[in-house]
Amino acid sequence: MPMLEVQDLHVAFQQGRKSEVEALRGVDLTLEKGERLGVVGESGAGKSMLAFAILNLIAEPGRVSQGRIMFHDRNLLDLSERDIRAVRGNRISMIFQDPMVTLNPVLSIGTQMMETLRAHRRISGAEARALCIAKLREVAIPSPESRLDAYPHELSGGLRQRVVIAIALLTDPELIIADEPTTALDVTIQAEIMALILKLCRENDVALILITHDLGVVAEVTQRLMIMYAGKCVETGATGAIINAPHHPYSAGLLRALPQNAARGTRLYQIPGAMPPITALPTGCAYHPRCARATALCKAEIPPLENGAACFHPLTAPEEVP
Amino acid sequence: MHIIAFLIRRAIQAVIVMFVISLIGFSIQDNLGDPLRELVGQSVSEEARDDLREELGLNDPFFVQYTRFLGNALQGDLGNSYFFKRPALSVILDKFPATFELVLGAVFIFVSLSIPAGIYCAINRDSWLARLIMTGSIVGISIPVFLTAIGMVWLFGVELGWLPAFGRGDTYEMPWGWDTGFLTWDGLSHLILPSVTLSSIMLPLFIRLIRAEMMEAMGTEYVRFARAKGLSTRRVRYVHAFRNTLLPVVTVGGLMIGTLIAYTILTETVFQWPGMGFLFLEAVNRVDTPLIIAYIIIVGLIFVVVNTIVDFIYTLINPMVKLPGAKG
Amino acid sequence: MISLKGFLRRFFSDPVAIGAGLVLLVLVLMAVLAPFLAPQNPYDLMQLDIMDSEMPPSWKPGGDPRFWLGTDAQGRGVFSTIMYGTGISLLIGIGAVIVQAVLGVTLGLIAGYKGGWIDSFLMRLADIQLSLSTLMMAIIALALFQAAFDANIYADYAIIMLIMVIGIAEWPKFARTVRSSVLGERKKEYVDAARVIGLPPRKIMWGHILPNTLTPVLVISTIQVAEAIMIEASLSFLGLGMPVDRPSLGSLIRSGFEFIFSGSWWITLYPAIVLVALILALNLLGDWLRDVLNPKLRRGED
Repeated sequence: MPMLEVQDLHVAFQQGRKSEVEALRGVDLTLEKGERLGVVGESGAGKSMLAFAILNLIAEPGRVSQGRIMFHDRNLLDLSERDIRAVRGNRISMIFQDPMVTLNPVLSIGTQMMETLRAHRRISGAEARALCIAKLREVAIPSPESRLDAYPHELSGGLRQRVVIAIALLTDPELIIADEPTTALDVTIQAEIMALILKLCRENDVALILITHDLGVVAEVTQRLMIMYAGKCVETGATGAIINAPHHPYSAGLLRALPQNAARGTRLYQIPGAMPPITALPTGCAYHPRCARATALCKAEIPPLENGAACFHPLTAPEEVP
Repeated sequence: MHIIAFLIRRAIQAVIVMFVISLIGFSIQDNLGDPLRELVGQSVSEEARDDLREELGLNDPFFVQYTRFLGNALQGDLGNSYFFKRPALSVILDKFPATFELVLGAVFIFVSLSIPAGIYCAINRDSWLARLIMTGSIVGISIPVFLTAIGMVWLFGVELGWLPAFGRGDTYEMPWGWDTGFLTWDGLSHLILPSVTLSSIMLPLFIRLIRAEMMEAMGTEYVRFARAKGLSTRRVRYVHAFRNTLLPVVTVGGLMIGTLIAYTILTETVFQWPGMGFLFLEAVNRVDTPLIIAYIIIVGLIFVVVNTIVDFIYTLINPMVKLPGAKG
Repeated sequence: MISLKGFLRRFFSDPVAIGAGLVLLVLVLMAVLAPFLAPQNPYDLMQLDIMDSEMPPSWKPGGDPRFWLGTDAQGRGVFSTIMYGTGISLLIGIGAVIVQAVLGVTLGLIAGYKGGWIDSFLMRLADIQLSLSTLMMAIIALALFQAAFDANIYADYAIIMLIMVIGIAEWPKFARTVRSSVLGERKKEYVDAARVIGLPPRKIMWGHILPNTLTPVLVISTIQVAEAIMIEASLSFLGLGMPVDRPSLGSLIRSGFEFIFSGSWWITLYPAIVLVALILALNLLGDWLRDVLNPKLRRGED
């Protein structure tokens, strides 16, 4: 049985006084123990929403309107607040995007690390401190003892994100959800941090859901991939397979737009148009206005996810997308 | 160590400010009325007046007179009150305990009420109690303090007769000369209405402030992260969110010091509370210039000292602001 | 920027705004039309009769239908004094805010547009002034003024003094708001375009940037008027504001205060009600304006 199974997840937001709008429109996801899954999409596609929904952190005016999130054999959405708290930060940890705002500026690093431990374990102050120092070492933070008493603003962005990673690993979780962990960092250290995450997940046999808009990173780190568009998954499968032979036109478009895939001297490819906002979705397949392969069927009905792609006319061979 | 450096720097700043205040105070005094008129009667001859002027050094150049004034002031001599015929400083300091206890009572009431109320209104935004408190707040900040005072006097003092509405009542004199109202029932009962009135002005403002800051803190990424770590709601609210709420509250509190002193004057006037503010107004009515200037200087001093204390407290709570001389 | 139509629609759909607006309208009209509508002119000494003094409101025993809300110690009708007094309170409040606004907006524009040492200097000055309490500064300034001059001279200049003192004390609030607007606008392209065309800085400032900074100015103006009225009332209550023969609402309360205990409560109560109503209406409207004109808070319903 897979470790995590998300079934038909819908997340809705209240708009105005009466109506609701769906940010996630029926998403499925499975994850095995130790597996690394990439979730890729543009801003607004619903990737972060998915992450927060798993830990039941969707706040008003949003709510999970449908679906199940099975973690081992329990539906996380059914858990009481107390029980879900035992999962959060303990069995499933999160890494947020911007380390400058993730850590509380008025509390020391040590406080923010140790509180995590003490929320989930019966552990003495001294033991907790030792464990934190060990973890800081694992994420390659120099002189960890003195860092414990430091405050977030005294650390650079890269160091802060390492602290956040350390916090995520403190409780030996089974799954880490990393929401764009390197986007807010300097380009020069993005690779370092990503490599660190990969290394630690491998070493500790921790499953990873890596949310990103960067296809390049995904290729190196993940084993499976899920591509999201306008609140739905449009393609899923093994990372290598999708990257070499995408089936969904959107995936193909994304790959083609990568600078490394462009022929030298030619203009960079851009998928024409833009992703529609969830408040103004087209009928049928949400991608059809931008898709050269769209037919009347695509306009009328939402294609189901079949063989890993949600498309009525999937690409069958690596070919140029007009 | 860093604390000492901080205090020294602030002390120097304070001295400069007091210097400026004393200079302004003195120049005003110099131009305000004729001290001779108060010291001697009308019937003294012009010649005798001139001699007296010379003797008192009133014809000396400005800076000589000012230096003399400053020298005297540093020794605690701010001139004699025309009305009381006693040193102005001692007249004012006599009334200091009354004002201090009034402010203490008010601060105690408003701190212990505004923090819980503000937090409650932030967390339970839509409850009827929160809405009631917020509506009450907007009405509260629209009622000038003296009207609240009059209302209190009328309702509790005149109509219901539950609490005394004037003066301090019986006070107990402490060994070092401080007359306190806290140690007698009479004193305490007299303290209630004025303190409640004074706190009533600060309450709505701070409730609104604390609520707004708390709401903002609760919406931050770090609070979201704290929740994602599985921390209890209690810890998320009172450790993560509230600590950040304190900072702007302390800052605003610091800005309100002057206003609080002004409100104290108004409150003392209505309740005929024998404090420094009431004394000041009487001095204005009597054109008792030395007393007026002395009060201004002392209020300036209090302002500077309290501001320094508030700044100090702020550096203690906010780790991002370093005391000068600290590493990092 | 919100359209006029959208603005009016929001106004008429919010009961609080309508209520506050209505109250304000009534009070302003009452004040402006006082010379025509007041049953008596309380400042015409010929009309006063000492035998009329301290009469209760007309519906109480001992009341007189001529004086709807009763009379004060000099025999002046309370209703009439309130009508005139409201006018004075409003005059000082609005006058002070005009001074604050003119001073503050000008200095804010200069600070924001010029930058450099002018900006640093002005902002430092503003910081210092903001940390000083307006009320306290006003008390000190007026106390000294009163001590220096004869009571009669003082009475003549009271209105001007009040307007100037409150006006000068509060310019930093306007300056700060305008300055941050300017700093935001400066970065926008139309300023560069104007500069490229060769418009002099003054023209750019006044003609182009200023109109875009008016929204926040409008918002704080309303609340500042409420604040100014409250400060003036406090000053007058202390005897440092308007004199008793040309009273504002605060002075009326002052003169009525001593009569609470002798039973003539109406001399204090009615001016107090009007004062609170005025300030409250302005505060509510100001709050409402802030919610409506703040682009971040609007939910895109227009």
